[in-house]
Amino acid sequence: MSAYRQPVSAFWWLRQWSYLLFVLRELSSVFVAWFVVYLLLLVAAVGDGARAYEDFLAWSGHGWVLVLNLVATAFVLLHAVTWFALAPRAIVVPRVPPWAVLVAHYAAWALLSAGVAWVVLR
Amino acid sequence: MIKMEVTRFRPGEDDAPIVQSYEVPLRKEWAVLDGLNYIKDQLDGTLSYRWSCRMGICGSCGMTVNGKPQLSCATFLTDYAPGPVRVEPLRNFPVIRDLVVDISDFMTKLPKVKPWLIHDGEVPEDEFLQTPREMDEYKKYSMCINCMLCYSACPVYALEPEFLGPAAIALGQRYNLDSRDDGALERRDVLASAAGAWACTFVGECSTACPKGVDPAGAIQRYKLTAAVSALKDFLLPRGARR
Ligand code: SF4
Ligand code: FES
Repeated sequence: MSAYRQPVSAFWWLRQWSYLLFVLRELSSVFVAWFVVYLLLLVAAVGDGARAYEDFLAWSGHGWVLVLNLVATAFVLLHAVTWFALAPRAIVVPRVPPWAVLVAHYAAWALLSAGVAWVVLR
Repeated sequence: MIKMEVTRFRPGEDDAPIVQSYEVPLRKEWAVLDGLNYIKDQLDGTLSYRWSCRMGICGSCGMTVNGKPQLSCATFLTDYAPGPVRVEPLRNFPVIRDLVVDISDFMTKLPKVKPWLIHDGEVPEDEFLQTPREMDEYKKYSMCINCMLCYSACPVYALEPEFLGPAAIALGQRYNLDSRDDGALERRDVLASAAGAWACTFVGECSTACPKGVDPAGAIQRYKLTAAVSALKDFLLPRGARR
């Protein structure tokens, strides 16, 4: 007498919205990696002087690079938002309500973004 | 009346499960489990399933109802009217017969997290004292009834059967966070292993499925942070200062 092993469908991640969201979040790490590469390319171009920087900007203006970066932005946002949503459950501080942990994360994000924007737009 | 579509599997006879339909009375106060009891008493005595308390305490009546892991004693037929109601065994476990699954995998994993109080030093004469605030630290993790709904909801467990799993990790945390316990270091090798908390990728469905509000997903994320901090301490601090 043997027990029946229930098979896992190859499409298990389509069975439920939460599973799909999870798979998309896992996928988002690829786009996070892409942004790291993109940033390094930018830094290299800046290091190589004005000509290289101009070339980099022109290359970034190509349709497919734009689309890729837009998609990547969407995935990175998904990554960030779901990561922050998790934070209050991982960081439990006595006498600090979970929402405060969440707000602190968004505040830190806003602050850092403002700092970066200031450096870039100054 | 409401139609119940129940998965049947007879070991040694069937190669794969089949679905059998039954018509049962639709009564306001009837849970899915009452429907199954009606089938067993009135229609087909060969149907096998587990239950005991009928009040969400024993954790033995977990099943997949319309695709979701549920306690069949706490899930009402009227919520599925006009039907049909699909009743399947809990996913991610081998089926022994009909709706009865084999949870021995969990039973071998559970003692690995040492789910009992490990106390260094003197045991107090009468009893351990604990403030309500200290108890709040771990209380929700102590509500687990080992119903396995969380394992059934977890895609990581489905794909990586070595994964220690939500309830076992939450139970390890239940003792780690207890003011009377000193066993966190002894549990660390198991809880912080690759098959422990780090295998979890935070789908979060275990906490959605849990009928007792245990929040195993939260327990696991919290443990990841604890494990990371303690690994960092090991790395940075001299032996004596670690804790
Ligand atoms: S954590 Fe919740 S879902 Fe998992 S076994 Fe315990 S009570 Fe059941
Ligand atoms: S019969 Fe005990 S939990 Fe359902």
